[in-house]
Amino acid sequence: MSDLVNVTMTVNGTEVSHSIAPRITLADFLRQTLELTGTHTGCEMGVCGACLVILDGRVVHSCLTFAVQASGAAIETVEGLSDRAVIADIQEAFHQRNALQCGFCTPGMLMTAHALLSQSGVPSREDIRDALSGNYCRCTGYEAIVDAIEKVARDRYAGANASAPEEVGA
Amino acid sequence: MSVLTPLDRPNSYIGRSVPRPNAKRLLAGRGRYVTDITLPRMLHVAYVRSPYAHARIVSIDATTAREMPGVRLVATGEDLAKLCAPWIGTMDHFKGMKSPPQLPLPIDKVVWSGQAVVAVVADTRALAEDAAEAVYIEFDELPAVVDIDAARAPDAPVISPELGSNLCFHGKIDTGGVEDVFAGAAHVVEEEFHFGRHTAVTMEPRAIIADYDASEGQLTVHHATQTPYQFQDIYARHYGLPESRVRVIAPDIGGSFGMKLHMYHEDMAVVGLSMMLGRPVKYVADRIESFVSDIHARDHRVRARMAADAEGNILAMDVEDVTGIGAFSAYPRTSVVEGNQVYRLMGAPYTFRNYRADLQVVFQNKVQMSQYRAVGHPVACTVTERLVDMIADKTAQDVFDIRSRNLIPDDAYPCTSPTGYQFEALSHHACLAKLKAMMDYDRLRAEQAELRTKGIHRGIGIATFVEITNPGPAFYGVGGARISSQDGAIIKITPSGDVHCSISVTELGQGTETIIGQIVAEHLGVDSNRIKVMTGDTDTTPHGGATYACRGAGIGGETALQAAKKLKANVLAVAAAILQDEPEKLDIHSGWIVDVATAQQRIELSEIARIAYFRSDTLPPGTQAQLSVAHHYAPQGYPFAFTNGVQACHLELDVETGLVKILKLWVVEDCGRVINPLLVDEQIRGGVVQGLGAAFFEECVYGDSGQLTNGSLADYLVPMAVEMPDIEIGHVETPTLDTQLGAKGVGEAGTAAASAAALNAMNDAMKPFGRTVAQVPMTPARILKALGHI
Amino acid sequence: MKARAFNYVKASTVVEALKAFEDAQDDASYIAGGQSLVPTLALRLQAPQLLIDIAHIPVLRGVDLQGDWLRIGALTRHHEVLTDPLIRQHAPLYSEAAPHVAHPAIRNKGTLGGSISHADPASEFPAMTLALGAELEIASRDGVRRVPADDFFLDLFQTAIEPGELLVAIHVPVVRPGHRWAFHELARRRGDFALVGCGILAEFVDDVVKQVRIAFFSVGSTPLRARQAEEALIGKKLDQAVIAAAQAVVGDDLDPPEDEHTPPAMKRHLARVLLGRLLGEIARQGA
Ligand SMILES: Cc1cc2nc3c(=O)[nH]c(=O)nc-3n(C[C@H](O)[C@H](O)[C@H](O)COP(=O)(O)OP(=O)(O)OC[C@H]3O[C@@H](n4cnc5c(N)ncnc54)[C@H](O)[C@@H]3O)c2cc1C
Ligand code: FES
Ligand code: FES
Repeated sequence: MSDLVNVTMTVNGTEVSHSIAPRITLADFLRQTLELTGTHTGCEMGVCGACLVILDGRVVHSCLTFAVQASGAAIETVEGLSDRAVIADIQEAFHQRNALQCGFCTPGMLMTAHALLSQSGVPSREDIRDALSGNYCRCTGYEAIVDAIEKVARDRYAGANASAPEEVGA
Repeated sequence: MSVLTPLDRPNSYIGRSVPRPNAKRLLAGRGRYVTDITLPRMLHVAYVRSPYAHARIVSIDATTAREMPGVRLVATGEDLAKLCAPWIGTMDHFKGMKSPPQLPLPIDKVVWSGQAVVAVVADTRALAEDAAEAVYIEFDELPAVVDIDAARAPDAPVISPELGSNLCFHGKIDTGGVEDVFAGAAHVVEEEFHFGRHTAVTMEPRAIIADYDASEGQLTVHHATQTPYQFQDIYARHYGLPESRVRVIAPDIGGSFGMKLHMYHEDMAVVGLSMMLGRPVKYVADRIESFVSDIHARDHRVRARMAADAEGNILAMDVEDVTGIGAFSAYPRTSVVEGNQVYRLMGAPYTFRNYRADLQVVFQNKVQMSQYRAVGHPVACTVTERLVDMIADKTAQDVFDIRSRNLIPDDAYPCTSPTGYQFEALSHHACLAKLKAMMDYDRLRAEQAELRTKGIHRGIGIATFVEITNPGPAFYGVGGARISSQDGAIIKITPSGDVHCSISVTELGQGTETIIGQIVAEHLGVDSNRIKVMTGDTDTTPHGGATYACRGAGIGGETALQAAKKLKANVLAVAAAILQDEPEKLDIHSGWIVDVATAQQRIELSEIARIAYFRSDTLPPGTQAQLSVAHHYAPQGYPFAFTNGVQACHLELDVETGLVKILKLWVVEDCGRVINPLLVDEQIRGGVVQGLGAAFFEECVYGDSGQLTNGSLADYLVPMAVEMPDIEIGHVETPTLDTQLGAKGVGEAGTAAASAAALNAMNDAMKPFGRTVAQVPMTPARILKALGHI
Repeated sequence: MKARAFNYVKASTVVEALKAFEDAQDDASYIAGGQSLVPTLALRLQAPQLLIDIAHIPVLRGVDLQGDWLRIGALTRHHEVLTDPLIRQHAPLYSEAAPHVAHPAIRNKGTLGGSISHADPASEFPAMTLALGAELEIASRDGVRRVPADDFFLDLFQTAIEPGELLVAIHVPVVRPGHRWAFHELARRRGDFALVGCGILAEFVDDVVKQVRIAFFSVGSTPLRARQAEEALIGKKLDQAVIAAAQAVVGDDLDPPEDEHTPPAMKRHLARVLLGRLLGEIARQGA
């Protein structure tokens, strides 16, 4: 048996502190200890992408990180991104385009989409598919997901360009 | 003035692309899957599994495991056999079919590598796994039966000696005259096809929580399944519980595709474990366990011939299918249905009349093989369509021309296939023409020719198909399986005029709840956002078949339609009483009772409900408002509603490396009335990609001793975003006249023909080299071998 | 699929990490990005008593130019390898290989040092370490030593790093004018471990190959130099015949294991194709 360790981290903006066994993955910590079940696990070995979360600003697999390793870090899950409404346009595009069926892959897809769309420029369909290379979806066949992300990229770009002249003018 | 289309009527939702209301929850991370559910005092189970494909269990020593931290129970096959009656996966209409009895955990021998032998229940899954490592099982290894030919050899070890042989089922179809036709035919083509085993790999693995409350004798099972009623029946019968005391709840399901409608040993065991402990017990298969315990699919070797006359008119087919199903037939749907559909669907789109087929369903020491999306279809389609292309080659015809020549004419219906399938109305030629235009076929051929001169090898392949949907009781019920072909719905109006529909078809992300909502809204005459649809709970929905064989829209939808009409009649009767008018002169539009003639609003539905529920004293004497209806519907016309379509695949083959780039897929599909184009198209895309997975990537590879050699998601290759193409979809609509709704199924059409189109495209790409391939998945190794590089 | 129980310490210096390992009597494992280690723990293929987290040791970080050598800290993440301008300029084969290493999220955590220490024969970075002729800086309780890449990869998942030792940094001799390079791999899906992959670094003088390092991966129990193919090129101009000569011998340089999915004959065939394509590309770079 192992000693319990204290972990303290910021999850979706709130500091949490728990005494846990070191073998608990961040995925299990989020899902079981914190009851943030929006993060899913589909393989527990880094291959399916259902468990993606944001750790200190970068998207990582919560199944490939022990919670202790994340002590001191800032974590954001799909619940947090939803509450902050930073991915509202992506969620809306997924909804309109029916880019999800069972929804089990969806939180991971949203993480990847969010990371990709945080970069500047409009990604090509190939770029989008490439970014999704570690996100498995059994239901959709991917095209609707690519469409939804592409739409948000275009809309955001158009929005940014539309507002740009105003700023320059002001 | 513009003409009113059906979509311009008020509350006309059928035919519209309506996004799924219930998807918003999933997008916000608020799904509730069985894997997410935690119950008070819940325990977790891990299983000790057999490392051998075939072995006698000599002894089990769990002394150390029982002492380990957090362990609450270690149970063996004998412990569970005391509670659970065995099951046998046979159906009567498969004459001569046999299969051995199954128990949750085996008592004296294991029959596949990975079979669960001992259950360890502990406070957490990690503790259960710790203790599982400390269970010592002594096995006496037996020779493993792996290969389908070796299994049928006279001296083969028999897996279940009481059955006498490793043959589960032997079927024959013969229209007669086949030998003569082949002898006299101008052209005969033949090929041996291999279809690898693959598996469903749902994103959410199998998950179940059984919660037995001894005080009430109540069993509640939270089960990630597409068929809760079937499992209610099974748990009740096999554990000797009254059906009224068994509740199965299927909440959000992370994918199923047929995989989650079979009885699994671990799942059955969980029920018994909960009964033994009087506490909720949860089992979630981890991905490694999924590969060795979820059903596998396909696994066929087909030898087939096709005869044609000098012009390329197909005259006959002769088929021999051998399929390996594991050590027993799956329960309760049996593992013969797959082979049965293979040998009955061969050649189904074509006019020829002479057909002979032999089906052998073989036991072997592997995981059970059973129904998975598009049961049997891809095999029948691939064999047929490849042979058709070979006839085209022989007769120097284009692949479209050979099909135009041989497909059943669109005006020849109703008609019957050589194997006895009855077709109400199909549209092969319309679909073919539409596909050709959509893909700009002539341009692609010209481009192909030009690129070949530059050493770039592209291939174009097409495949026509029929799909079995909306099955009636002929599918399972007549065989003695307690699987319903009817569905039930309860629709009620709430006091504020909202509508609540609970129905027995289930939601797996395909959009069942959405289309049911659309149908009810349209036929009742209310806005769809006032409707709530509930599914997946045996306590709160009527008994029904739920979701299998593409029946949700066709049968579930018709159930909802008829129920909504019945409710509407009830509402109008009350309205007429209140308004002192005649029901026939009234209608409901957008939640208002209106005059049929003038469309003038008379009274709001909510007002009717208010009066009916709270001021019944103001209704005319004798009026009893019936604002809830229950209604059942079972298909009664054709035994199945067949759909049809055609797919095309365009790919580029790197002839030096055997690697393939799939450039594009096209699908033209006729599923009858399209209720929601958005959802239909995504069903097709998802299905196509599963078919392409089988065509290029997916295979459960076994070693000689019966070990699965690639049983992890890192080693078993599923189709991913980069390798999958965009898929263009077109529709032809031939509604079934068997129902008022006219919808048929669509969930399996994509999978049915994608691998056939891909195989034909690959052979087309290899044509300049005079090489061919007849095996899926088409791995680089197989392609390089076919091309003679290795 | 839950790991066996273990204890965990976070080391803040190399000395602390080395000591923790020694105190655990070798029943310990370092964890950097964890992208290879965690799956093996989850599958219970490994079960150390102690996990020593080295991800927060400052000296293992950073990329800097030291004369003719580029020093890349062991903790440099794959995504940094992909985007770091110094690596792109001075050790370009790493940058070119990086997009092929796994997927974006894994590249966010996985480390170059972890990949090289793990020494998966199918991995890109170990082979590029060979192709670049890098040296590996290894720390032990006795001090620090540098091992040339050619002496580093010993066997399947085995390197010159002894139990308890730490890989501190990778030192790469910077590419110079006259160098040409190319990288490519054949994989069934994006981000998969390759069927066969190869990186080549060649030094040309007047279009003649003066020196060349050809490193293959996924063709044996370690990343492999194709020595005979290299021989066939030295002192030659890269024309069709020379490329064909190298292709003719490359099969003998490789040692692919028996594998039903990718038989040795297939790997050798693919290696020949790949070598031809890469040498063709290098030849074109001179045009
Ligand atoms: C789904 C998936 C796909 C992948 N695909 C690829 C791929 O295509 N190509 C590829 O190359 N890799 C791939 N990887 C592996 C990935 O690149 C790993 O990140 C990398 O191999 C290991 O780096 P790490 O920092 O995560 O090491 P860790 O997992 O932390 O450690 C790996 C091993 O190295 C040891 N170690 C780590 N750092 C040091 C050090 N500084 N000194 C001494 N020992 C050390 C550890 O003790 C451990 O034994 C994949 C991984 C996954 C999960
Ligand atoms: S659960 Fe983490 S990648 Fe699959
Ligand atoms: S929507 Fe089901 S796995 Fe993607």
